[in-house]
Amino acid sequence: MSVETLTLILVVLTFGIYIYIGWWAKAKDTSSFFVAGKGIPAVANGAAIAADWMSAASFISMAGLIAFMGYDGTIYLMGWTGGYVLLALLLAPYLRKFGRYTVPDFVGDRYYSNGVRAVAAIATIFISLTYVAGQMRGVGIVFSRYLQVDIVVGVLIGMAIVAFFAVLGGMKGITWTQVIQYFVLIIAYLIPAVAIALKLTGNPIPQLALTFSDIAQRLSTLQVELGLKEYLAPFQELSAINVFAVTLALMVGTAGLPHVITRFYTVKSVRAARWSALWAIVFIGLLYTTAPAIGVFAKYNLINSFQNQSLDQVRQEAWVSKWESTGLLKLEDKNNDGVLQLTSDNNTNEVTIDKDIIVLATPEVAQLSPFIIALVAAGGLAAALSTASGLLLAMSSAVSHDFYYRILRPDATEQQRLRVSRIMIFLSVLVAGYFGIYPPGFVGEVVAFAFGLAAASLFPAIFLGIFDQRMNREGAVAGILTGLIFTFVMILLMRSQQIFGTEQPILSSFLGINAQGIGVVGMVLNFVVAYFVSRATAAPPAEIQRMVEDIRTPDLADGQAS
Amino acid sequence: MDDHAKRELSEKQKAYWAKNTRLIRTLLIIWALVSYGAAIVLAVPLHNIQFFGLPLAFWFAQQGSILVFIGLIWYYAKRLDALDQEFGAREVILTKDTGKEVSH
Repeated sequence: MSVETLTLILVVLTFGIYIYIGWWAKAKDTSSFFVAGKGIPAVANGAAIAADWMSAASFISMAGLIAFMGYDGTIYLMGWTGGYVLLALLLAPYLRKFGRYTVPDFVGDRYYSNGVRAVAAIATIFISLTYVAGQMRGVGIVFSRYLQVDIVVGVLIGMAIVAFFAVLGGMKGITWTQVIQYFVLIIAYLIPAVAIALKLTGNPIPQLALTFSDIAQRLSTLQVELGLKEYLAPFQELSAINVFAVTLALMVGTAGLPHVITRFYTVKSVRAARWSALWAIVFIGLLYTTAPAIGVFAKYNLINSFQNQSLDQVRQEAWVSKWESTGLLKLEDKNNDGVLQLTSDNNTNEVTIDKDIIVLATPEVAQLSPFIIALVAAGGLAAALSTASGLLLAMSSAVSHDFYYRILRPDATEQQRLRVSRIMIFLSVLVAGYFGIYPPGFVGEVVAFAFGLAAASLFPAIFLGIFDQRMNREGAVAGILTGLIFTFVMILLMRSQQIFGTEQPILSSFLGINAQGIGVVGMVLNFVVAYFVSRATAAPPAEIQRMVEDIRTPDLADGQAS
Repeated sequence: MDDHAKRELSEKQKAYWAKNTRLIRTLLIIWALVSYGAAIVLAVPLHNIQFFGLPLAFWFAQQGSILVFIGLIWYYAKRLDALDQEFGAREVILTKDTGKEVSH
């Protein structure tokens, strides 16, 4: 059977399962719609968080990104995992104890202000929207590459699927589909990784193959010989201060992303919130420790497939001509000697490899069966759809729960709220699809916004709300606004080329820190301003202080008679 | 509930909170030492130490740190289970029929 037919069968099969789960998990009330009735077991929630978290970018691009960044790729590896330590220790258990539906719920109640609630809801919508556009685009790209369907048609199919299980099942439907999607994506990721590790080192476990073989050393030496960067040496791509700042911004940003935090409301108990954070990091860590191994193996393999090989011979490989036709791989015999040379100089380099090819082409380069290639396509779709659905729910609940119910119509009935939620999630799908079909030119740039703004606004507000009992409304508002405005302006100035079309960035860096890491400075400013303003103004009301005490500690057996 | 009982409860809760925050502080110090210490601040000196097939700094940056994160979260979940037991914490669990949360 051809790769196309197999891909089609696998995609239809997995989509059928997602639709079935959406129908099976129909939400009957707002609690199941927003937080899956708070009945999700810890392991399942961990898998759902992992699928929610790992996007099309994690699945398709990350290993390739690392393969080209070398050591400094650690900003993504540590940055996108280390945040779970902050979540597990500092936020998740307490938000679960608080026990409402959304992030704006917490900050709005804790700082006794609908203004803060509205700001948090707007931040949630903005952060989720910048993210979701890329996911829908990812769905379209996978469809077009593997099934030769137009990108627009691919996005429309993706929208229809997400709309079905999200509108019908809400968080409950989304959670259980994400659990399935995690297993589809991780299997699709691991099989090619195991195959290439086995082929190159004789050790089937990619993590061990990377640590105990000499492939990484050989790649590093090979790169130096070709005049490329030394793969294993730190700070070749980014300065040490930037690696530090970007890693911290991504970690804190992760801990402040609303669609991830919301997932901790869905478990049965505070204890389950702690254990589901463990399952989440285990499931995520499985992919994130595999990615650097794939990066090294695939790059080593690719360089050896091309360097000093005859162009005609290389082109006889089916996968080479296929990926050349997509434009992700470019071979040009610039000096007309019939042999390919890789160099660090653009004028003489004859092989250009796009980062996305590292994961997408690995099964073909390693000569795996067409079934595995089809599986990778289904995995990419699972990664994109699961993240999209989590983001859509975060976005729509900010509108339907935080704005409509908590601010505008506190007297709305259960039925009204459920109807508004369904309409909002449907509208969110349409908006996300629109951006998937007509992506804004700077979509890659705005992801820096999502993490920077989450790090500079939501994380400090939630953290201080739990750990600083004295923190009041005035302090929180001043801190959030300072962090938000500073980070927003800085990113606009540093990315002005892409956003406003200026010739040079208006500002190249702030104290040596780039746009991706600037959220850290915004976060520090938020903390400092919040502290001083709160100490200069009145303490929060007594009932708020009691609420903080209640969030912090469990009911103790011989205490209250509740 | 009289004033005496109230104060006693808050003393016990204070002790719970103090133990919890001390544990969090220790674990976050390890978190920072591994990710920012070993993989970034000390990256240059640790680059020259070999750890099997990789320089030690590289191993921490792309493998070890993630394993340590898993270990930290596991240890915290386990210790807090023990702490809850020690203090006789009642777990709040949802019941199916009422949809309300109740203490056990």
